Amino acid sequence: MMWSTCLRVLRQLKGDPRSIALILVVPALLLALVYWLYENETPAPGLPRTFDRVGLMMLGIFPFVVMFLVTSITMLRERISGTLERLLTTPLHKADLLFGYALAFSIMATLQALVATATAYWIFGLNVAGNAGWVVLISVLTAVLGVALGLLCSAFATTEFQAVQFMPVVVFPQILLCGLFVARDQMNTVLEALSNIMPLSYAVHGLQEVAAHAKPTSALAADLVVVAAFVVAGLLLASLTLRRRTA
Amino acid sequence: MSHRAIMPAPDPPFAPVPADPSGTSGSVGACVEGLRVHRGKNPVLANISASIPEGRITGLLGPSGSGKTTFMRALVGVQKITAGTVTVLGRPAGDPRNRHDVGYVTQAASVYPDLSVLDNVSYFASVHGGNREDASAVVTAVGLGGLAKRKAAKLSGGQFSRVSLACALVGKPKLLVLDEPTVGLDPVLRVELWSQFASMAAEGTTLLISSHVMEEAGHCDSLLLLRGGMLLAQLTPAQLRERSDTDDLELAFLRLIRAAEADAVGTKAARTKADGTKADS
Repeated sequence: MMWSTCLRVLRQLKGDPRSIALILVVPALLLALVYWLYENETPAPGLPRTFDRVGLMMLGIFPFVVMFLVTSITMLRERISGTLERLLTTPLHKADLLFGYALAFSIMATLQALVATATAYWIFGLNVAGNAGWVVLISVLTAVLGVALGLLCSAFATTEFQAVQFMPVVVFPQILLCGLFVARDQMNTVLEALSNIMPLSYAVHGLQEVAAHAKPTSALAADLVVVAAFVVAGLLLASLTLRRRTA
Repeated sequence: MSHRAIMPAPDPPFAPVPADPSGTSGSVGACVEGLRVHRGKNPVLANISASIPEGRITGLLGPSGSGKTTFMRALVGVQKITAGTVTVLGRPAGDPRNRHDVGYVTQAASVYPDLSVLDNVSYFASVHGGNREDASAVVTAVGLGGLAKRKAAKLSGGQFSRVSLACALVGKPKLLVLDEPTVGLDPVLRVELWSQFASMAAEGTTLLISSHVMEEAGHCDSLLLLRGGMLLAQLTPAQLRERSDTDDLELAFLRLIRAAEADAVGTKAARTKADGTKADS
């Protein structure tokens, strides 16, 4: 049943080619924007180009943002259209529904990550020490993180307008504090503590590990585990928001 | 302090209801005893007891806001109830084993507008362990065979609600709960649907169908008349006509309401009087 839910979600997406195009192309376009932004800088000798640093982090951040938005709105539609209530009267298990959604969007996320990473490497010559496979993996993982948090947040919105407002609440602080603008160890203690409980910080740290080391490090493994744990926790919490019996 | 203060306020009176007017020997598809649903402090359903005969069409009739949808939700098992027992197909309402056997069509058609008719029905078929062929057969059965490939959003209102119906039928439910399935449909379609319901009942499916159009009561084997969260009566259309002394079901329902209101006023007066005497003593 998880497969049929996944298939159904993909069929819905198939009927909406414009959304597919947005999912696949937007991160690559934004990456181009970042590239041209730093096109004329002369990097200090011995230091990487800013694009190598920022562009790499973007490969983890964009999929997270896009997938969060797509998922929270799709799930919200399911909640308000009555189809969710109807599904919960059928033998369908909550996990079938959530993992079906997560799977379908993860497939899209993987495609998105492949397009974005390929653009970064082949068109803009992204230069990192580690293997590109790790970059794709982290990229997919942050996308799945966006899916999990989106599924969860859709429970707290009653309109699509509210769902969009969750972006600044849930997503922006993570972008600000993930180490993109200021290195996390240079933040004040409160902000650093906050950034330590945000999953995106670990994804970005993982990317920095890939950039600095040719071989995967144990710190990278730890980062991946933390992000994966957030994904599982997000999905579990989301399943608690699916109530078969309501007032 | 008197101990009476902590007792809950008694629910308003309701007419005593015969167990199963349409065939006392038949078995019961669903049974409700002392069902109360409160939303905040307001009672939505007040002490309802009724039974729904198996393999028959039971009509749930009453004006908008009378609690029809809440009653149906309680049967399906998605409604939090305050008190009472709801037994459906011999199990408590909402029992996981019932999920295969109870079909629920909500008032607003709950299907995916961005999927084709067949994809919608196929998804609900797969949820019940069926396949695309089952879905295709049901789509044809509800008269949408020629539109199977069309997106649900592109259908007319009546066709759209039939997709919703098909999504419930594809699970081959033993109890089918339909919330105002004929609302907004043209007369021809309405008659077609009712004959479809009748043939389903003949095959043994138990149906509970709500409507606020009293004329439709004539299609039912048994009627539950709701008003203001109270069950006014459970009877057959024939009994309703007889009791209210008219062939016009609309008028019959009105007369029943008037009689119940008169009763309620009388009881209230009697109770106030009784309370007054108690306080005096």
